[in-house]
Amino acid sequence: MTATPALELRNVVKNFGQVEIIRDVSLSIPAGERHAVIGPNGAGKSTLFNLISGSFAPTSGEIRVEGRNVGGAPPYQINRGGLSRSFQVTNIFHNMSVYENIRCATLWALGHRYVFWRLIGGMKDVAARIAEILDLIGLSEVRETPAGLLSYADQRALEIGVTIAGGARVILLDEPTAGMSSHETARAVALIRKVSEGRTLVIVEHDMSVVFGLADRISVLVYGQIIATGTPAEIRANPRVREAYLGEEAA
Amino acid sequence: MSATARTFAVWIACALLLLALPQVFSSRTSLTLMNITGIWVVFALAYNMLLGQAGMLSFGHAVYFGLGGYAAIHLMAAIKVHKLGIPVALLPLVGFMAGALAGAIIGWFSCRRAGTPFAMISLGVGELIAASGLMFVSVFGGEEGISADRSAGPALFGQTLGSQINVYYFIAFWAFVAALAMWLFARTPLGRLSNALRDNPDRVAFIGYNPERVRWLVFLLSGGFAGLAGTLSAVNFEIITPEKLGAHNSGVVLLMTYIGGITVFYGPIIGAILLSLMQSMLSDFTKVWQLYLGLLFIVVVMFAPRGIGGVVAHMLGVVRRGELGGRLPVWLLGMAGSMIAFVGCVLVIEMGYRLREGGKVFAPFGHVFQQTLLTNWLLAFVAIASGIALIVVAMRWQRRGSLKAAMVLKEAMP
Repeated sequence: MTATPALELRNVVKNFGQVEIIRDVSLSIPAGERHAVIGPNGAGKSTLFNLISGSFAPTSGEIRVEGRNVGGAPPYQINRGGLSRSFQVTNIFHNMSVYENIRCATLWALGHRYVFWRLIGGMKDVAARIAEILDLIGLSEVRETPAGLLSYADQRALEIGVTIAGGARVILLDEPTAGMSSHETARAVALIRKVSEGRTLVIVEHDMSVVFGLADRISVLVYGQIIATGTPAEIRANPRVREAYLGEEAA
Repeated sequence: MSATARTFAVWIACALLLLALPQVFSSRTSLTLMNITGIWVVFALAYNMLLGQAGMLSFGHAVYFGLGGYAAIHLMAAIKVHKLGIPVALLPLVGFMAGALAGAIIGWFSCRRAGTPFAMISLGVGELIAASGLMFVSVFGGEEGISADRSAGPALFGQTLGSQINVYYFIAFWAFVAALAMWLFARTPLGRLSNALRDNPDRVAFIGYNPERVRWLVFLLSGGFAGLAGTLSAVNFEIITPEKLGAHNSGVVLLMTYIGGITVFYGPIIGAILLSLMQSMLSDFTKVWQLYLGLLFIVVVMFAPRGIGGVVAHMLGVVRRGELGGRLPVWLLGMAGSMIAFVGCVLVIEMGYRLREGGKVFAPFGHVFQQTLLTNWLLAFVAIASGIALIVVAMRWQRRGSLKAAMVLKEAMP
């Protein structure tokens, strides 16, 4: 018996009106794998993430997280089921402190849900989880700072912190190093390596050094279709990929 | 720990202040004013659960205030007629439940939307319920409303609500309890999530929460506290009319909450006190007091979008950091400028009103300002211009760091 994949897409199609954005994508990612999705601009990478995380429903096909079909479920249900995502454009709670950002992201997973009859300050499990996450993302020092006032790199780290604070087993990161300097990118990659330990990671990324350094396997998405999936070495050697996308850059 | 102790001390001080107020202001007029203020404080705080905490702009929150009041007044009347053993002093609980129930039902569809659609639905529902108030005479009493006797029913601790001072303590008690409950609400998981919803509703769905459910729960609780405020009003006036359900009431609570400041908890309290004072006292001095209210609202929206409470919070922060010495001259100059400009505005408004509408000549503090004299108009405009000039200097002083730099006419090079 083979283990259930952490994330599995079967013949997923997404049309916007007459336009086919995702065309029959099938993909299976085993638990614990770090999987990168690459492809030229407009290939449908973000749409793919939006389908998996519940922003849109697929036109047809199945999306399974740990064996359960989640295609068409609202984002909060998919999140409760153990899949969490980050966003390409920083999507945090700008007017709230770093601490509050993380705190809100831990509450559902710790079972506090819509509680309004208990004070949040006395919840020891929440405080412990926040401390752990802040330590992991390296923002303990600025915990009281409003998130909107953080540096860009710190905001991106917080974005990852909010994504993982609920303890999701499958993490989707959408271009986590976009717009960063090489120094900041190195820090972000180290963080991603750390937070994805023991989890399944799916990452969309344009920086090829990040992709080839981090991913166990890579899928190449071109015009809404996956033209190749394989280890970094296989992808590098694949003539179709080189022709369609990588060109001189990775050669 | 010291922060907790300080917070605790503030609440105790508020309770003591509420107990002491009628000893100092014991006249009938001041008791009337304080009772009305207490009602508005609860209503404004309830409204701010929506606007300030969850970012939900409602144009129809008087619906829950009014329905809570109607539930209470019907029960109050029944207590008298059927000799029910329910003390009137406990009616705010009934008002809370009625407001929350109405919020649950109406929120069930209105909270599916956020932002502008939510605001529009609230406006529509407000008009709908207010119109129903005039149509269903047996329930809402038509234009005369429904009245009842607050001294009916069993006494609580040997006291009924007949006398005005007892009504004061009744309102003070419930206002304190409601304010404390709403303050605590902000410190619960749902309270925090409502802040997150205000900041970034899209992200809330990706941390496991259904934004519609969060909105609905906050809406329901806010409706409950509005209903509690409506009950206080019903007991205070012993009457409630359909106009309490309507757009005017909804508008006033929005104005006072916004002027007071939606980003700090005590903002709506400041706004409720200020507007209650303006409503009852300013109307003695001038026929056009609502022009001043409008002016205040515009000034707050344009120059202090965080409201008076936001200004107070900013000042407290400056004092706490020990920067008061450096800031005080700028503030005093700015305040002096504002006062002078305000006096000029008062002259323009009062003389202008009399120019068209006639009436007794404007004569503050015994000084007569004849509206037909050109010199008085010149004086008014000079006051406005020089006041604004002082404000500009104060702002430049703040920005450029010194008075000398502020006096340079040309914009400083970056």
